[in-house]
Order: sequence, then C-alpha cells, then structure tokens
Amino acid sequence: MSLKDILTPFTAWSKVVKEPVTIKDPLNREAAPRYRGFHDNDIDTCIGCGTCEAICENEAIDLVPVDGIETKDGDSGLRPKIDYGRCCWCALCVDICTTNSLRLTNAYKWVDTDPDNFRFVPGVDEKDWYKREEGWRKPEPNYEFYGLKRVEMGELHPEEREDSFVEMIKGYSKEQAEAEADRCVECGICTATCPAHMGIPEYIKAIRNDDLEEGLRILYDTNPLPEICGRICTHKCETVCTIGHKGDPLSIRWLKRYIADQNPSEKYKKILETDILKKNGKKVAIIGSGPAGLSAAHYLVLLGYEVEIFEKLEKAGGMMRYGIPEYRLPYDQIDKDVNYILSLGVKIHYNVTVGKDITLKKLGEDFDAVFAGTGLHLGRSTRIEGTDHENVYQSIELLRKITQGEEIYVPEKIVVIGGGNVAMDITRSLARLQNQKYGKVQVIATSLETEEKMPADREEVIEAREEKAIVNPGWSPQRIEIVDGKIKGLHVVQCLSLFDETGNFNPQCNMENKNFFEADMIVESIGQGMDVSYISEDIKEHLELGPRGRFRVNDYFQTSLPWLFMGGDTIQGPDVIHGIANGHKAALGIDKFLIGE
Amino acid sequence: MINKFLGFEPDKDKLPSLTAKIGDDIDLSSHKYQKIWLGPNHPGVTGNMAVELWVQGNTVVKAKTHVGYLHRGFEKLIERRLFVQGFPTSIRMCVAEPDTNEYLIATCTEQLSGYDKAVPEMAKWLRMLSLEMARLQGLLRGVPGQGGTFALGLGVQWGVYLRDLILDRFEELTGARVYHMYIIPGGVRGLLPDGFKERMEDNLRDIDDFIIRIRKLMFHNSVFKKRAKGLARITPDMVDKYGIVGTNARGCGVKRDVRKDHPYLHYDQLDFDPPTDTDGDIYARTWVRWQELIQTVDLIRQIMAKMPEKGDIKAEMPNVLHWKIPKGETYVRLESGRGEYGMYYVTDGSAKPRRVNLRGPSYTHAIALLEDMLVGADVADVHAIMVSLQTCPPEIER
Repeated sequence: MSLKDILTPFTAWSKVVKEPVTIKDPLNREAAPRYRGFHDNDIDTCIGCGTCEAICENEAIDLVPVDGIETKDGDSGLRPKIDYGRCCWCALCVDICTTNSLRLTNAYKWVDTDPDNFRFVPGVDEKDWYKREEGWRKPEPNYEFYGLKRVEMGELHPEEREDSFVEMIKGYSKEQAEAEADRCVECGICTATCPAHMGIPEYIKAIRNDDLEEGLRILYDTNPLPEICGRICTHKCETVCTIGHKGDPLSIRWLKRYIADQNPSEKYKKILETDILKKNGKKVAIIGSGPAGLSAAHYLVLLGYEVEIFEKLEKAGGMMRYGIPEYRLPYDQIDKDVNYILSLGVKIHYNVTVGKDITLKKLGEDFDAVFAGTGLHLGRSTRIEGTDHENVYQSIELLRKITQGEEIYVPEKIVVIGGGNVAMDITRSLARLQNQKYGKVQVIATSLETEEKMPADREEVIEAREEKAIVNPGWSPQRIEIVDGKIKGLHVVQCLSLFDETGNFNPQCNMENKNFFEADMIVESIGQGMDVSYISEDIKEHLELGPRGRFRVNDYFQTSLPWLFMGGDTIQGPDVIHGIANGHKAALGIDKFLIGE
Repeated sequence: MINKFLGFEPDKDKLPSLTAKIGDDIDLSSHKYQKIWLGPNHPGVTGNMAVELWVQGNTVVKAKTHVGYLHRGFEKLIERRLFVQGFPTSIRMCVAEPDTNEYLIATCTEQLSGYDKAVPEMAKWLRMLSLEMARLQGLLRGVPGQGGTFALGLGVQWGVYLRDLILDRFEELTGARVYHMYIIPGGVRGLLPDGFKERMEDNLRDIDDFIIRIRKLMFHNSVFKKRAKGLARITPDMVDKYGIVGTNARGCGVKRDVRKDHPYLHYDQLDFDPPTDTDGDIYARTWVRWQELIQTVDLIRQIMAKMPEKGDIKAEMPNVLHWKIPKGETYVRLESGRGEYGMYYVTDGSAKPRRVNLRGPSYTHAIALLEDMLVGADVADVHAIMVSLQTCPPEIER
C-alpha cells in the first residue's frame, strides 16, 4: 500500500467540472427506428388469416370479429386482438405476417388506469401511435418463415405435347409434395372459400405426416372425385391462398391429386371403411352422372339409400369426360373415381335419356326422391351473320365428339370465338389435331375480353400459346365472310368495354379498328345453356323460377316440388367443385326430406 | 405443553428438518450463534436468491444458498413450444446477457436439424457482434459493481451510463434494449443500421476513457486493495473440484475460455488472448475482468472491421410452424461473461424439443463454491464474494 493508492482515487473529482451526461428529458426520448413498441395493423391489407395467432408463444393474440369488416372470399373478417398482459414484444407475429399488414411502431409509453384497455385491436381501436412510420417491420432481405416459391410441377414440354393427348401434368413426387405441403400456414382461408369446404389444411398436413390414407379419408369427407378435382378444379382455394399475398399460392390442386394418385383404387374401400354399408330401404334416382350426380350418389349411398343413375351417354362423367380434353384429364382417372362410387352399390343406366326413354314423372313415382344434375350441354351462339354455315361449330359438341372418338372436320385454318376455359380446351385440342394432320398449327382464339380480363385460367392461355395456338383477345366478332359457300374468315372490331355503368352486359366497340382472321372453320365457345326438355310441362308449371332463368332451390337444393332436387351447373357454377358441393348438400337435403332430422 | 398434557410426545427424529444435522455443530440455543437471511430481496444480492448465514459475531460459520424465488420453469416452457418460439423465453434464463441464451437455443436447433452449415456469413458475424456487445455491457456493470460491493458507488454510476449507451446500440440493432430477441434459428433478425459503426466507435472511445479512470478509481485504491486482496481466494486445485470456469478460473491462472478451447462462430479469426492473473482473490478476478473489458472493446472493433458489408441474414429453412427436427441430442457451449455457458438439447422428431437443459456457471459458483467460500468470511464481505463469483440466479433455476 503506497501513498499513490490513497491519492489516485481523488482524480475522479475532475469529473465534477464536466457537463452531466444524463438525458435532460427522459420522458420524451424517441426510441430507435427499429424499436419493438406497440402494435399497428393495416386492417385493409390484413385478411385475418390468424398466422400471428398461431406463432404467438404467449397466446397473446386472438382473432376477433370487427364491425365494418365482412367475411368474404380470402378474408376471414376477423382481426388480431392483442393482450398486452401476455405479449412479450418478440415481434414473431410481424415477421410471419402473410400480408405484411402487422407491424410494431416505436411508441413505448402508454399509461392507463383501466387494465382492460390493454387488450386492443390494432388498427381498429384508435391509438395515437399509428401515425408513426418508424418501428419494427419484417426484416430484409431474404428473411422468410415459410417458402414463398412454389415447388415446380413437372410437365411435358410443348414439343412433346403439341400433337399428343397424353396428360401433360406429371404430378408431384413424394419429396416435392412434402416440400410444397410444408409451405402451408394452416390458416383455413381456403376451406372457407372452397365451394365444397374441403379440409384443405388437414389433408396438406396428412401429406406432411406422410399419412396419405388419412389424407384420402379427409378428401372423401367432402369430395368423392379427388382424382378429377386434383387435375381440373378451378381452385378458388389457390386464388385466395394466404401465401399468395407475398409469394406463390400453394399448389393445393396438385397436392390433392398427389394424395389420390398415391392411393391405389383397390385399397379405397378398406381405407374409407366402406366395405359394408347399411341400407335404409329408400330409393333415389339421379339424372346425369356428372360431378353433381356422382357426388349426390356417393353421399346418398353412404347414408343407406339405394341409388340409380340415369345417364344419356355411353359412359359416366358428364362434362368432365365429354367436355374436358384428355391431356388435362385422362379417362382412366375419371374411371378410377367413378368406379369407386359405382362399387359402393350405385346402379347406373347408360344410354337412357330422361324425358325420352323414361319420364321424369315416372322417376318421381318409382323413387322416393329425384336429383337432377343435368349440366349445361347446349352451346350458345353469337348469332352473327354466317353462323348458320355448316362449318360453324359449337365447341362443346366438338369436344364430345373427340372424346367419343368420332372423326371431326379439321381444316388448316380455324378461328375459335371465346375466352373461357372451354374455348382454350377446344383451341388446344384442335391445335393437336392440326399438328397430327398437317404438322403445323393455325388456330386463332379470340374473345371480347382483353388479355387481363379473359375468364380462362392464366396458365391455360400461356400453355395454348406454347402449343403454337394464337390467342388474340379484345375483338368483337362482326360477321363471318362466306364466298361461294366456303368460309373465308371472321371480321372483328376492337372491343373497348363489356359492361356499362349499371353492370349490364353491353359491349362497346371501336368500329374504326377492324381486323380479319382467316379461317376455314369457326368454333363458337361463348358459354353453354341448360337443356330442360326432360321436364314435362305439367311438372314445369310447379317449378318456381329464380334469377337468371334458373330454377329456384332452397339451401338443400330442393325445388318447389319436394321430391325433386337440382344441383350442379344448372344451379351454380359452372364448375366441377360447385357441382360436387351441390350434390353433397342435396344428398343431405334428401336425407332430411325422407328421414327427417 | 398441550402434547405433554395429552400424554402424546411426537418422535422428532422422524420429522424432516433442515436444521436436524446442523444442530450437532451449531447450537443456536447456545446464543453463541445467530442466523441471518441475506436475500432474497436485498440490493446486494444479484437477483432473487437467498443466502442463509450462521454467524458467530461478524464471522460466517456456515452458509447455505437458497434458490427458487423466481422459478418459472423456463426449460419446460421451451419444451412446450415450437422450435422458433423458444428464444423469447430463453432470454429470461440470464437477463444479464440475454444474447447468450438466444445463441445457444438457435445453435442447438440448427445443429440437430443440419442447418448449421446454412447459416449465412453475415449472420455469424452479427451474432458475434451481439454476443460481444452483451459481454461488454455486462462488464461495464460488473467491474465497477465489484467496487460497489465495497461501497465505492461512483464507478457504478459511470459504468451504468456507458452500459446504457451500449443498450442504445442494442436498441438500434435489435429493436430492444434488454430482451434483444435478435438471434433466431437460421440467422439473425436484422442488418446493421446506417451509421451504426460510427456511433459504436464513439461509445467505444468513451469506454476507453472509462477503462483508464476506473483503473485509477478502483485498482489504485487503498480501501479496495485492502478489502479485496486475499479475500475469497480460489486456488488452481479448486478449479476442477468445484467446476470453476471463466474469469473465476482465469483469476487463479487456469486459462479456460471456450472461445479459444472450442472455437465457435468466427472466433478463430479474431486476434485475442484471454487475460489471466495468479492470486485468485477478488482483486485478481476483478483485474482479469478489467483486462477483459479492454479486450472486449478490441474484439468489437475487430468484428466491425472484419464483418462483410451486406449479405443474407437468415438461412432458407422449413416453415417454422411445422418445423420438425429428427431425433438427436447435442450440447452447445459458449464463453459468457461468467464462463462456460452451455445447453443440452434433445429432440425426438416432433415439432417441439424433448428436453432443454441449460448449464450455467452460477450453478456451481453460487452453490457449491459460495457455500464453502463464505465460511470464515466477514458478514460485510458476503456481497463482495457473491458478486466476485458473478452469480446470476436465474440461470441456476431455469
């Protein structure tokens, strides 16, 4: 111990003359720009998917209904409510937010006497920190909690498929399917939107767990045509998929197909436990073996009914078989789904036209109830000048003939009028046939709608172009030029808009901007109508009509004649999944009608 | 009395009693001894922990550590959460250096899932930066804090101010001052903000100045020397016996540092040598920590100079909501300010960990070692001894 040790500490006194370092106004200190303070939520961007609720390790977040926000497709109508008694401000909710609507501002002071105020709905309950721009947002770059990129689906190259009707989508392998299933956040927005309300997050989970038998059971709970839907469903689920807000939506359709593909048909009865079905002694007749009819038949037979289907054509499947080309939906896959339903004891009478071979009245007398899923099989015409020519065809008619293996007229130059999926189907089918016949393609598909507004699925348009068909939208057909009894082509003018201010269909054209598409044959594909000739007049007078010329049905698809139920494209849609959903609901309705609650 | 009246005399030998054994040596009824409870709520106790002391006059004759005052079952809470949800809970296991917990839990999950190779370079440097910043803020409190236990409060004020500046930098980088929640499985949660390095350098210059001042204030101080020298001496033969690690071991000349012995992250690319001393008393331990303060400042400068300018901050990993890790077990360790700090982690193929076990140095330092070391000490020195071992109760009772 020296004198130095006694004196040195006194050097600290030098600090006395220094300016104090303390913050003068600690109460108004601004937090750092990245500070994790109180929540804010952009409620217009938020879709109430609940992923924030799922990741919160403190269960501080609840999704609650909010006044003024309605439930709609792609929006649960709920918004997160945060409990600051539980929150630890980790901001995982922000990092995982699928729409980037949730954030933490850098506000950190909040004094209140009422503890209940600390449970609030950010973005809805007024707080003065919402105007702050600074605070925690999802970190950048490449910081994701789930995959944004879709696992690419293998498909035939355009060269391989342009002259062949072999299925072009190859399907997922196990690794691919599991990787794709991993991207799901299990929000259930898809389930709410799907017309059949399929348990989508549940069957995707079954894929992750590699329990495909469980997956099949979940599929059949709501959809007895998984092979078909797994290929050609209009996938409204994918349109609303939460992941789609920042990345690619999940390939829900292909995942469904993966489950169905991996389960062999001979095991279906064992997996679905349908070896022995109880009978209740009641009989139901079904008109048409399309998706609605097959779906109704499936659920009715499970409920114990004896079911007989009356089909006009030689094979079952309706529009799925006769309207969709084989390269999109191979016939053996239709057979797989149909045969399983038939194996449950459903009887089917082929080549029987109701209204001709047997009357609807007779069906009503012989059976306890009748379900009609007759579909839209009448093509609509543009009724422009020249459409009465023999080489002007309806797409639906041609597609049926191609399926039936009939020879059809395939000239070198074809024009297809229509911008929907059926138009793309016939365009691509004709392109294939031209390729087979001439080794080249000259099909032009034209529609009133512009490129952005074409009702066809985007990939259909892209793939049609890959197959060398020309898609040239935004033209209004005016007349078909016929010289010496032969079609020369189609005159069109530019279409500016389709609907007027009141929302009515009223196309406006620019008559100055003309175009001419050369053609030897014109195919019209602008929609289909229903054929109700099977309903005799005495029955028809008892049926009430609803909007758009459709028959009025109740929630269970029961018409004003109690024994007659209707569903499918004639009532809703048109698409397969609505048909399936209608058939299911109608089956429950028939059961309610015949057996009671 | 009533028992006697009733004719019932319980057999006390059969009743469990904490004092049953002590009674043989220390007879409190002799009035020669007195029992004192230090803590659990006492400003001198670092955290909620109690030391039960038996004293004779001013001298401690027996000591017993009691923990359990803040037990919140952190390990079990983590075992009931998804892998990505673990880190906000883990930081509570040692508030003094929260980043160490985040690093351990992230590295355990990465090793077992095979993503440890996928952690981007940038994220590794940022992890090192946050770990060294955590060490720095701990030392800014710990070094002058040792003086504080001998009633030298001035250094504590200086240190706490500078620590606050480091917390400002943490706030900028991580979004929080104390519970940073910065290191997550796969990477980190943010790049350096603009101007961070300049502001950090300003703070480091202030700390350089502080290092010189605190040396004059504490280490050339007759009172501190008189009280700290020779007190609570750890000898090299005690190191293995008690499982002493970190600065406590280095204070008696046993050079143990996980950063050197088992390098992790990019510590092998940094130039440093863990300081040591020979005496093993409180003065020596504090002196080692003071040197480590210099070293940590230097390490932060090295890291900021060597780290890349930009890059990815997180590896591409499975969806966190159903991330499953195959069956396996691992032990990950790092050098915290208190010594080797490790986590044993077991997974069973499910989406949640099977077992999480944190092994912190305070477990041995504050129980086995402290109880023995307090015997013979003066009551006034008890805090000083406890602080000199860098006790952090939350890591004892995870």
